[in-house]
Amino acid sequence: MAKKVLMKGNEVIAEAAIRAGCRHYFGYPITPQTEIMHYMAKRMVEVGGAFVQAESEVSAINMVYGAASAGARALTSSSSPGISLKQEGISYIAGAELPAVVVNIVRAGPGLGGIQTSQGDYFQATKGGGHGDYKNIVVAPASIQELYELTVEAFNLADRYRMLVMILGDGTLGQMMEPVLFRESEPTEDTDKSWALTGRGDRTEHNTVTSIYIEPDDLERKNNDLQIKYARVAEAETRYESTDVEDAEIVITSFGTCSRICKNVIRQAAELGIKVGMVRPITLWPFPSSEIARAASLPSVKAFLDVELNAGQMVEDVRLAVNGQKPVYFLGRMGGNMPTQKEILDRIVAIHDGEAK
Amino acid sequence: MAIVFDKTEGLLDKPFHYCPGCTHGIIHRIIAETMCEKGILNDTIGVSSVGCTYNNYEYFSCDMVQAAHGRAPAVATGVKRVHPDKFVFTYQGDGDLASIGAAEILHSAARGERITVFFVNNAIYGMTSGQMAPTTLLGQVTTTSPFGRDAALQGYPMNVSELLATLPGAVYIERVAMNNFKNIQTAKKAVAKAFAVQEKGLGFSLVEFLSTCPTNWGKEPVESLRWLESAMIPQYPLGVFKGKDLEV
Ligand SMILES: Cc1ncc(C[n+]2csc(CCOP(=O)(O)OP(=O)(O)O)c2C)c(N)n1
Ligand code: SF4
Repeated sequence: MAKKVLMKGNEVIAEAAIRAGCRHYFGYPITPQTEIMHYMAKRMVEVGGAFVQAESEVSAINMVYGAASAGARALTSSSSPGISLKQEGISYIAGAELPAVVVNIVRAGPGLGGIQTSQGDYFQATKGGGHGDYKNIVVAPASIQELYELTVEAFNLADRYRMLVMILGDGTLGQMMEPVLFRESEPTEDTDKSWALTGRGDRTEHNTVTSIYIEPDDLERKNNDLQIKYARVAEAETRYESTDVEDAEIVITSFGTCSRICKNVIRQAAELGIKVGMVRPITLWPFPSSEIARAASLPSVKAFLDVELNAGQMVEDVRLAVNGQKPVYFLGRMGGNMPTQKEILDRIVAIHDGEAK
Repeated sequence: MAIVFDKTEGLLDKPFHYCPGCTHGIIHRIIAETMCEKGILNDTIGVSSVGCTYNNYEYFSCDMVQAAHGRAPAVATGVKRVHPDKFVFTYQGDGDLASIGAAEILHSAARGERITVFFVNNAIYGMTSGQMAPTTLLGQVTTTSPFGRDAALQGYPMNVSELLATLPGAVYIERVAMNNFKNIQTAKKAVAKAFAVQEKGLGFSLVEFLSTCPTNWGKEPVESLRWLESAMIPQYPLGVFKGKDLEV
């Protein structure tokens, strides 16, 4: 039977992964995601899986690379400084077209930064992060329920497209508790893994997994194939939540926990007679550009306000989508701070009154 | 006519790209032969690393995965944890294993990861044209130690087998050399023993091969074999450093 429980975000990620059939976890401790490891250290034993505390994030992601090449659903999790170290392996996973799931419970940077919440890794997550032309699917849950569902979905997407899926949360999402309703069983897919390394067994040909193509023509062909796949993913898997955009004067764009503050502001603005809508990207890549472009083309929409926990990262994608049709304003907080509802509301009033810069 | 010598099924019918006189090819051959003789070819997954042998997944006929520079032991850990009943080996050079991959090799040994590491020590970086490796001998001229390796400036050669043998997780470690027929026979026995250790699930096993790099040593093939014996073996003594009395 489906059951509702009160759980911490990080633990929900771990439990959702187990429910999705993940039996291989590799990690290295870092705040604010360590509860994922703690949970996995126990649960993997209960379900007969493998938990390895790696010597570094570099090793952890390469263990994922190995486990994924062997056909398993593998997971690693970390937070910003650790994710920087994982970029080598992330690029190799993209190059070798392996399915894998990586969790980044983002903390504030740059450098060692702080351990409080942040969305400062948007660029790193969506624009590559490592070397070469590649994409990861990036999902940005805003609630614990959504975190659960997207974690399960991440494993399905990874297998379906042989791609790395990154769950981009933040310190708040990882640490907060909310009720979560677990489904009776998870929607898993049967994907073909005949490419995986299992030992040749009865196969006449050996299987190989690699990311190296020494001949330029071969490598260009490989890159073209990747781009075709990414276009297919963008076509089929772009997800967003669009609220009251139709008759809005101002459209907010915001993702993750930050979008929840914005949601409350929409109600408060309505009380002041200002119609505010919101487009919340659920996949940061692929990015819901067409929905934002559509909102920008509506005559009633006068301006956009992008709200993030950084110096303005997603706002660049919003501006590309709006393409000069309407002004795009930005409000951001950094260093682990969150904007207050009042800050956001004041900005909306200013934009509405034509006084915003 | 009876065939007395044939190419092993452990290798695909594809010419090696290695330089003349390079002993990488012989090491491939004895690993491949051993897999066939033990009947484990179809139950083995190999991990290629970064170096001259980066694409030996095109030579070995077992399942193979190519790993980033130095990360092969981590990749092998991932593979082995998924397939604990299969044989998993890495094939790594000395730049790959002892320099950039120092953490990975140390910790996979410390964990007692049930994998086999084939470690090829040619005292130099081959692929990137002859830079100093952690294993480069004192006084040895390389492209990045053009006046000879000077301990005061560049430190000392690293004896990997001796180092790893101090770890309880490492159960079998042997250093062999590819310079003559007798030593190659010993090397092949070491490969078989390492796989046997893995079969029994005893822990981490490693065979270090002293190997030639005529191209970057700037020596003829035969001269290279002599230099291996006269210069390398005194620094890197042959023998079993761990698991001498192991019955497998
Ligand atoms: C991260 C990274 N750094 C550097 C390189 C360049 N590189 C390729 S092979 C190699 C040296 C390999 O030397 P070794 O492990 O001794 O193997 P050999 O070529 O001698 O067999 C280096 C530095 C790389 N591919 N990746
Ligand atoms: S460069 Fe050296 S190690 Fe590489 S194939 Fe040639 S001889 Fe062998």
